[in-house]
Amino acid sequence: MKLTIKGRQAMWAYIFIAVPILFFILIRIAPTLFAFNISLHEWDILSQDKPFVFFDNFKTLFKDNIFKKAMGNTVKYVFIGVPLQLIISLCIALLINRLTKGAGIFRTIYFLPYVTSTVAVAWVWRWMFMKQGGVINQIITAFGGTAQPFLDSTGQAIYVVIANIIWQSIGFNTIIFIAGLKQIPRTYYEASSIDGASPWIQFWKITIPLLNSTVVYLVVMATIQTLQVFTQVFNITGGGQGNPGGPVNSTLSLVLYIYQAGFMNNKMGLASAATIILFSIIIIITIIQLKFLTKKVEY
Amino acid sequence: MNKRFLSILLTGVMTASMALTGCGSSSKDTSGSKSKTEDKVVTIEYWQYFYEPKIKLMDKLIEDFQKQNPNIKVVQKHFPYDSYQQKVSAAISSGTGPDIVNLYYGWVPKFVKAKALQPLPEKDFPVDTMEKEFAPMIKVNKIDGKYYTVPTAVRTMALFWNKDIFKANGLDPEKPPTNLDELVQMAKKCTLRKDGKLEIEGLTFQPTGQLHSWFRPILLTQFGQQPLSDDNKKVLWNASENGYKAFEFLVDLVRKEKVGENNFFTDDSTAFINGKAALHIDGSYRLSGIDKQAPNLNYGVAPLPAHNGKQVSFGSFWTNGITKTAKGEKLDASVKFLNFLTSPEVMKEWTKETGEIAARMSLVNDPEMSKDPKLAVFIKQLPVAESYFYVDEGADRKALIDAIDHVLLNNEDPRKALDEAVNTVQKILDEYWKE
Amino acid sequence: MEKKKIPIGSIILLTIGGVMMVFPFLWMFSTSLKSGVDIYNISLIPKKATFDAYKYVLENTKFLSWFKNSLLIAGITTISVLFFDTLVGYTFAKLEFKGKKFLFFLILSTLMVPTEMLIIPWYMMVNKFNWINTYWSLLFPGLTSAFGIFLMKQFFEGIPNDLLEAARIDGLSEFGIFWRAAVPLVKPAISALAIFTFLGNWNAFLWPVIAVDSPEIYTLPVGLALFSGEAYNQWNLVMAGATIATIPVLIVFFIFQKKIIEGIHLTGLKG
Repeated sequence: MKLTIKGRQAMWAYIFIAVPILFFILIRIAPTLFAFNISLHEWDILSQDKPFVFFDNFKTLFKDNIFKKAMGNTVKYVFIGVPLQLIISLCIALLINRLTKGAGIFRTIYFLPYVTSTVAVAWVWRWMFMKQGGVINQIITAFGGTAQPFLDSTGQAIYVVIANIIWQSIGFNTIIFIAGLKQIPRTYYEASSIDGASPWIQFWKITIPLLNSTVVYLVVMATIQTLQVFTQVFNITGGGQGNPGGPVNSTLSLVLYIYQAGFMNNKMGLASAATIILFSIIIIITIIQLKFLTKKVEY
Repeated sequence: MNKRFLSILLTGVMTASMALTGCGSSSKDTSGSKSKTEDKVVTIEYWQYFYEPKIKLMDKLIEDFQKQNPNIKVVQKHFPYDSYQQKVSAAISSGTGPDIVNLYYGWVPKFVKAKALQPLPEKDFPVDTMEKEFAPMIKVNKIDGKYYTVPTAVRTMALFWNKDIFKANGLDPEKPPTNLDELVQMAKKCTLRKDGKLEIEGLTFQPTGQLHSWFRPILLTQFGQQPLSDDNKKVLWNASENGYKAFEFLVDLVRKEKVGENNFFTDDSTAFINGKAALHIDGSYRLSGIDKQAPNLNYGVAPLPAHNGKQVSFGSFWTNGITKTAKGEKLDASVKFLNFLTSPEVMKEWTKETGEIAARMSLVNDPEMSKDPKLAVFIKQLPVAESYFYVDEGADRKALIDAIDHVLLNNEDPRKALDEAVNTVQKILDEYWKE
Repeated sequence: MEKKKIPIGSIILLTIGGVMMVFPFLWMFSTSLKSGVDIYNISLIPKKATFDAYKYVLENTKFLSWFKNSLLIAGITTISVLFFDTLVGYTFAKLEFKGKKFLFFLILSTLMVPTEMLIIPWYMMVNKFNWINTYWSLLFPGLTSAFGIFLMKQFFEGIPNDLLEAARIDGLSEFGIFWRAAVPLVKPAISALAIFTFLGNWNAFLWPVIAVDSPEIYTLPVGLALFSGEAYNQWNLVMAGATIATIPVLIVFFIFQKKIIEGIHLTGLKG
């Protein structure tokens, strides 16, 4: 059996990825298919009966106003949360990169939120945004504004959660950006400086294009993760004993809807159907992003 | 050379993982194994949520029980409170799970419908005897004429009041309100606002806390509207003007009387514990919380305020059921253990250690039980404490929370909000009773 | 060589932002030092600072076990992920083979189903194999992750192919090219991956709480959940536990973040 060079390469490629692929099939794909199968059944999680109901679960979802609200909220989370967190993180990464001393301290400081337990942070966040006497309102009134209801308002609650998501995600995005920035050869900047390029031009012609791989990764990851936001929403708007999903479902996200349907209302079939819808949305958006954002960079 | 490194690394990871597989303590005891006597030892599993006094007491009770029944071994497992329901659901959904499970009474209908529990054997737990000897609130768990669960202890609801705040506002600290009018008046006197900011609330207002239980069944009953039809199939909150009046009374506490606010000081019990609320309606389990976190709080407990001559309270409880996986010897052992858990002696110990109220009526007037004057007030409410029938406690509660939010946050008409809530809950009930 | 000016503007901006980053954590820490009614007092300074919460957490609970468990699980998972994800990421970035696009997307798709939905099938699987309450049940979901594969692929794509071709001409095996030539060039990414994998594992809650029955095997987040109950939440304990829990991650971070920065600069290789 003679293998061409290309063939040898391919053989090794398959060997390298064999174990992980097998792993994914067992641990992720098979259970996912199981969950998808359930979407065509009605399954009260406590019982062993799983009668087949075809597309009933999907019909129920499309008629459910709360599901639609969860969709709308999730769209808000993504369209506001993702761009903001990336822009802010990039700015911070650029600023930190300019430091010669003390960069390490700032890196750690900006990473701290990412590292802290979400439950503990959620509680602190609730106290900070308390309508009466919360720190944020104290600052606002000190500057002459009126105290805001924040989590007690159907309009503002979701923004409080978004603020938290952005706050906690900065650490992650910043570090990745820093790693990406560090991989851009200094020579490019030096050469263009000699040619008279201003920092602004350098930013747009060198930094951004060469950061493309990093940006694509962060955009895709942030979108996929934000579409599945759950922990922050759950813990900030109530935890187990509060009103998770916010006043009148104003912070309810799709995954929280799924969790409630499956684990609190015991309707596994409905939860699985919602998961399929979410999954489809994620796939479509990711494909679009990968197609339109990825640019091959010529060295 | 690199392949060797690779294989070493891989082997390392695999070995470490496998070594740890053996290191995990597996609590799945195989029944019948370590018996020192000739008889076979039957092992049963008991699950409850984590609450240190209950866990410790259960350990001791199990020891006592095993001494009396040397061929039964009971294994207790406990789980964090916030994830207890998910844990039980996950276990039952996969066909595993305990033999005896401690459940919130509001979950029982769900579990029964899914056939996850078996009815208590008539000969050990005859229906008539149970209804005669146990607190009236357990009737809420009677399904199709049968009982599937039985509690060791229950909780009732009463009125907490802060004596210091009363005194500071010219009210007699030893005279709490006895009816709703007095309640509102005294609450208004105690409400303190500085520059428009609420500093002290007169009466706590937390729909996600106990407020919803105060509304139904208590307020509704007091205003003259039965919350549910006798067969628990129809929601009647808005079936008459009385129902609307009750709801309006509730939301007016914030809208008109302004004696409290949702989420003030993050929640009702936190506000009260920290001396930021004059009056607070809550369950007996709050006593231990106050003891632990604010031992110097100067407060009292009184029966819930009456209205229209009706003085009622709300009862909730955690109750024990036998799962369908317990068969044969395990079933017998489970029944024996349940009997033990609901015996008067165990109940007395339970009250002493956990502060929950013994579920047997015979103990209501037992002087030993009433040693703690605050708990005694709760115990005296036992005969008039009703529970409310939930098919889905979370969704039912949420319907009411949403209705209140609609009125208070979005200025919706309370009548419309109540109607919406009733529709939502009615749908849930309809689905439950469909089969 | 121009002299580097101290970027005052940047420092000021970063400090302001830094305060916002750190403030909630300071509050957390301050709460952990408070006791009784003071816990709910809205001030950063405790009325009477005490380490009682820490003492309680360390002495009266199985905190040290939980800590050890979390360390073990997060550590092993991180090593496994670092190895597999880097290798697979490299494969997708630099090797050609049939079905590459499809397989990559297949892997990426595993990120698109929320873990919440996998819990039930996982639980059934774990029951079948009798892994309930063992370390293995906590380990298996995270041994490799699409998250890391994607990250490494992106960073490997940034390496010019000439270097790898050179290594190939030098007669290195495919694995050798990967290990000797490619890997050293993406150290920043590998360090980042290490940090995030460790961290993601450290804070995982939903699956561990379902998979594990006895408190000896709890990981930290599960153990800390015991401080919240029906009757009351002991926030000073929760905060103390959360504060202690942050320390190892910060250490891991501190170690690895330098590596991120010491990335090799590709100077003068290509015009």
